[in-house]
Amino acid sequence: MDMKVAKKLGLKERYSLMTRDLAWDTTFQKMADVFPQTTYEGIKIHDWDKWEDPFRLTMDAYWKYQSEKERKLYAILDGFNQNNGHLSVTDARYINVLKLFLGSTPPLELMAARGFSMMGRQMNGAGPRVACQMQAVDEYRHFQTQIHSISNYNKYYNGMDEFAHQQSRMWYLSDGKSFFDDAITAGPFEFMVAIGFAFEYVLTNILFVPFISGAAYNGDMAAMTVGFSAQSDEARHMTLGLECIKFMLEQDPDNLPIVQRWIDKWTWRGTRKLASVGMMMDYMLPKRIMSFKEAWEMYVEDNGGALFKDLARYGITIPKCFAQTVEEKEHVSHQSWIGFYMKPGATPFHTWIPTPDEMDWLSEKYPNTFDRYYRPVLEYLDAQEKAGNRYNNKTQPMNCQVCVSTMKFNEPGDSMEMCFRESVYRGEKFHTCSDHCKEIFDNEPEKYVQTFISSHQALQGNCEPDGVDVDAPDYRPGARMLDYWRLDERATGDFNGSDDQKNFAVWREQATKN
Amino acid sequence: MAIDLRTVSITPLRQTFGHLARRMGADKPASRYIEATMDLQPVENYHYRPTWAPQYDIFDTARTRIAMGDWYALKDPRQYYYGAWTLARGRMQEIAEGDFDLVDELGLAAAYPAAGRSAALKVFLPLRHVAWGSNLNKAYVSSYGYGIAISQAACYASMDQLGVAQYVTRLGMAFDDLDALVEAKTAWLNGAEWQELRRYVEDLMLEKDWYEVLVAQDFALEGLLYPLLYERYNERLNAAYGPVFSMLTRFQREWFGETTKWMDSVLKATAADNAGNKARLAAWIKHWRERAVLALKPVAVLAFGSDADAVMDELVLNLNARAAKAGIAL
Repeated sequence: MDMKVAKKLGLKERYSLMTRDLAWDTTFQKMADVFPQTTYEGIKIHDWDKWEDPFRLTMDAYWKYQSEKERKLYAILDGFNQNNGHLSVTDARYINVLKLFLGSTPPLELMAARGFSMMGRQMNGAGPRVACQMQAVDEYRHFQTQIHSISNYNKYYNGMDEFAHQQSRMWYLSDGKSFFDDAITAGPFEFMVAIGFAFEYVLTNILFVPFISGAAYNGDMAAMTVGFSAQSDEARHMTLGLECIKFMLEQDPDNLPIVQRWIDKWTWRGTRKLASVGMMMDYMLPKRIMSFKEAWEMYVEDNGGALFKDLARYGITIPKCFAQTVEEKEHVSHQSWIGFYMKPGATPFHTWIPTPDEMDWLSEKYPNTFDRYYRPVLEYLDAQEKAGNRYNNKTQPMNCQVCVSTMKFNEPGDSMEMCFRESVYRGEKFHTCSDHCKEIFDNEPEKYVQTFISSHQALQGNCEPDGVDVDAPDYRPGARMLDYWRLDERATGDFNGSDDQKNFAVWREQATKN
Repeated sequence: MAIDLRTVSITPLRQTFGHLARRMGADKPASRYIEATMDLQPVENYHYRPTWAPQYDIFDTARTRIAMGDWYALKDPRQYYYGAWTLARGRMQEIAEGDFDLVDELGLAAAYPAAGRSAALKVFLPLRHVAWGSNLNKAYVSSYGYGIAISQAACYASMDQLGVAQYVTRLGMAFDDLDALVEAKTAWLNGAEWQELRRYVEDLMLEKDWYEVLVAQDFALEGLLYPLLYERYNERLNAAYGPVFSMLTRFQREWFGETTKWMDSVLKATAADNAGNKARLAAWIKHWRERAVLALKPVAVLAFGSDADAVMDELVLNLNARAAKAGIAL
């Protein structure tokens, strides 16, 4: 017997022995019954063994690396918390970034954890299954470390305490919820394109880098450390998403049009989701990293452009929405912030009018649009606020049936015209915010008629706290919306004059003066 | 840090998140496990029905016949959130690494008596496929289980089983024996001793009720298999030939000892919730225990020869005792 066989194994063979070789084709039960989900989307896979493992990490190595990372991360979080690190951020407006982040991101990471668990059960190739399982457990890490890093802020500032309750109820969180609900209810291959590719590969940098750099620029060591610690996980997730696209395209030419349609759809859905990242970068960070426009150019136009050039050899073309996203990069952050400012009683974070020097920064960064379209609006709102006539839009918003964004984006090529699209399905009218959302709707109307739009649902009596009788004669829909949301009024409205602003000033004074 | 606050005490506005204060009945600091687990899974206002199972919501209590007043009663006594789990496994892998290194350094595998080695590899190596099946079945529980308490524990257990499958593979490699791994796979696929066990694992891959999968895989099957092979059989090998296999399967024994606490606590909470659960669990345990005994018997004979029945009988009694302790009368 050759006693040295095992030592001669290369990394690839060894990894294969540690994963694929463990698998077998079932015979007591049919493989098609064990893995029933991988055929109905129309994707054709002929040979699962052609899957190239995007990373080769066995569990022993995984536990070794990850436990080292966790040990460091929690030591830093403990130190930050013990030392009242929250008082070292640039100014208390920054904390609103964390409120936006806590409401929108950990709940979606949780959905990614559950979704990748499903992929880790349903993919019938051993290679992709293991890779998906590893991403699933990583996503548990991400939502938990994010919650742990923000937990201490919650003790001192308003607006974070009900994020778990609000994740499925708050109107402005439904865009993210619908994004992940859409992906997880799709088939496994579409999920992989949606989350593994469009979200984790094409758009992750513009989501991840601004939040983490924003934390670093603004003295938030807790969030910064969580972000840096997650980076090596994210690198693995990116390679998984890309490998999945290549695998589908290499398996059968018939897969190309399906994959292309998903890429078009999910790049657009992701783009819509990023409008709030834009407003965070341009308006909410006291110390800015770069403008959203610059970030879009760097991370999406340049990096994404190079990626699609690379995929051209498979016949993939640049997503249809690309030109529109390039046009919108000069608008969406302003439209979003102004939109939120105009609804002061309806979010658990504060808004404010940028200071004059911040407006000048915006003029410089947005020479084509800011002075022309948005400065006049902000200056008008500012004057009204100072005159004691703070603008407050109390009407129900109109939402896009697909992305659930409030209708606020402009017509392509016409910045003064709001964009609406309309489809009719089974005699009923449905509204969308753009050509791309309309196309998504028209392609799968039976899915998108289900979208839970809170402004509609509230009017139908479906958004009420426990104990409200919707059949009572004096029932008024939406009258108890704040209770339904568990929205703490101290967390709403203007930053100026807020408890957060006062407390931070007092505490910092207490911490720095005698 | 620019600001030194050692003497500055600031009174917090609140101690924890609203959903945790309501759950704990008081606004008091919550542990990291509680923060990372409780009431986090969405329960309402789903946008779309799954295209792959339109009869259900994305997360749906109807995916099992078990009913719970509070799904977070299925909490983990080990308090494993990701960080705690990975630190615990990090320590275990460090010890395992030391064991594998020592066996290699001292040439213990090469020096192992040939008769014992061949018999032991025949028993242990097909278990890498059993663990792989376990990984898949636990992934089902983590995918469709209700609430983060159970989904995360099942997710970690699923990854643990991938680790076990890999440690068993390394056990084969430690004996420099790729041929034995090939033979073990053939035995798993065709060998008479393994077919009932393989049938058991494959049948579970089609079982739709996630809680039943949990009972069948984690409680009934692993509750017998781990003590049978990783404990009793190792003891027998230790006495006859020395403790090398015990060293190289230490991870599995530690894992089982620890995971049993979780499993029993989850069963206990489920049985305590209502009488229907209690009866359901009893029926499932009886059914899957019988099948597990049937599936493991030929493997027990392979390992224990004529003592197989006696060993199995004792382990069944132990399993029954665990159920009784969890409040489930069989």
